[in-house]
Amino acid sequence: MSFLKNSELHEGGIIREAGNAHDYQTGDWRTFVPQFVEENCIHCMFCWIYCPDSAIDIDTSGDKPKMKGIILDHCKGCGICATECPPAKKGKAALVMVREEK
Amino acid sequence: MAVNLKQLTQHEELLTGGHRACAGCTGSNILRQIMLTAGQNTVVGGATGCMEVVTTIFPYTAWRTSFIHSAFENCAATVSGAETAYRALKKRGDLPREETGRKNFIAFGGDGGTYDIGLQSLSGAMERGHNMVYVCYDNEAYMNTGIQRSSATPLGAFTSTAPAGKVKQGKEQNRKDLTKIMVAHNIPYVAQTTPFHWKDLATKVEKALAVDGPAFLNILMPCPVGWHFDTAIGMQLAKEAVESNFWPLFEVENGVYKINQKPKERSPMENWMKQQGRFKHLFRPGNEAILENIQTYVDEQWEKLLKLEEMTAK
Repeated sequence: MSFLKNSELHEGGIIREAGNAHDYQTGDWRTFVPQFVEENCIHCMFCWIYCPDSAIDIDTSGDKPKMKGIILDHCKGCGICATECPPAKKGKAALVMVREEK
Repeated sequence: MAVNLKQLTQHEELLTGGHRACAGCTGSNILRQIMLTAGQNTVVGGATGCMEVVTTIFPYTAWRTSFIHSAFENCAATVSGAETAYRALKKRGDLPREETGRKNFIAFGGDGGTYDIGLQSLSGAMERGHNMVYVCYDNEAYMNTGIQRSSATPLGAFTSTAPAGKVKQGKEQNRKDLTKIMVAHNIPYVAQTTPFHWKDLATKVEKALAVDGPAFLNILMPCPVGWHFDTAIGMQLAKEAVESNFWPLFEVENGVYKINQKPKERSPMENWMKQQGRFKHLFRPGNEAILENIQTYVDEQWEKLLKLEEMTAK
């Protein structure tokens, strides 16, 4: 990550590029990583609505929204998605937390 | 105003990932859910607190809308000022035509910035009747600065300034009921919700933005750092807070109370508290009386709320 020089700052410290935190990677904070088991997924979007890090990749082009996977650059591995996953409550989890090997 | 997830997925994601909230933070999820409903035409202000700090660490911002920094005590004043300035510019005809549509003004504050430090500016803004929504994400202590007690901390909870030891057993006072203080301002819309109840939350945000005048939302935010629980169960704790009547889902529209969810059988407070490290000391022998006090208080508040609903029903 590079820091801005004083001469590159905008007056008043204003950040002109809205949403530039998207380029910041928080994925390396993780210990556990959610693994997506596609055949168990019912595309209910619960993981997407409950994710604190906007890290669930979904496809909204079709008739129904579809879960595509995890955005690993942003996922902090908290496990909320795996806890809230409805198929997991029936023993067929679509998201499983596993320890990440680096 | 039926909301469903399919509709919400079509909305633009206005809070990006890459913000530096702790893993398992339900607060950033609250912001995300609110912004999904509020949409692009929104001016956001943030009081000093967890969510202001983690989303805008210089030179990055996680907001895809405009965002105004505020000090701890004046977020409501800042946003009410922005709202007034917008109205004045519009009246004078100083705005380009494409900017004269309806704009949402949302102020975010934590429980420290709302219950304690920002209460005067919040009260002022609500009394003046600005067309804005104030959202309090309530994690029940000053989590950002190291878990100090606030007036939102419940009885018996461990904080760094109300610790549990041989002499004292955590905070000795009950929490302040800010939602009712806001109801006392006689503003058009006041509501209480949690991020687990996404449908309830989205509906309430929609209603709050739609009313003409000020609205206040109080949202419970389980905090894995301050409440000491596993990062994965944050949303479950929000759910159980409602089931135990600790955090009832209700709204007050023009003075009329409506409870949105009445648990068929309320679960005992102990079940909820056992999962959190901040209440661990209360389960040691000798502290049964405190546990009983907490349960009595929650039950009393619930009974009061039921009566208020009955009393104000039309």
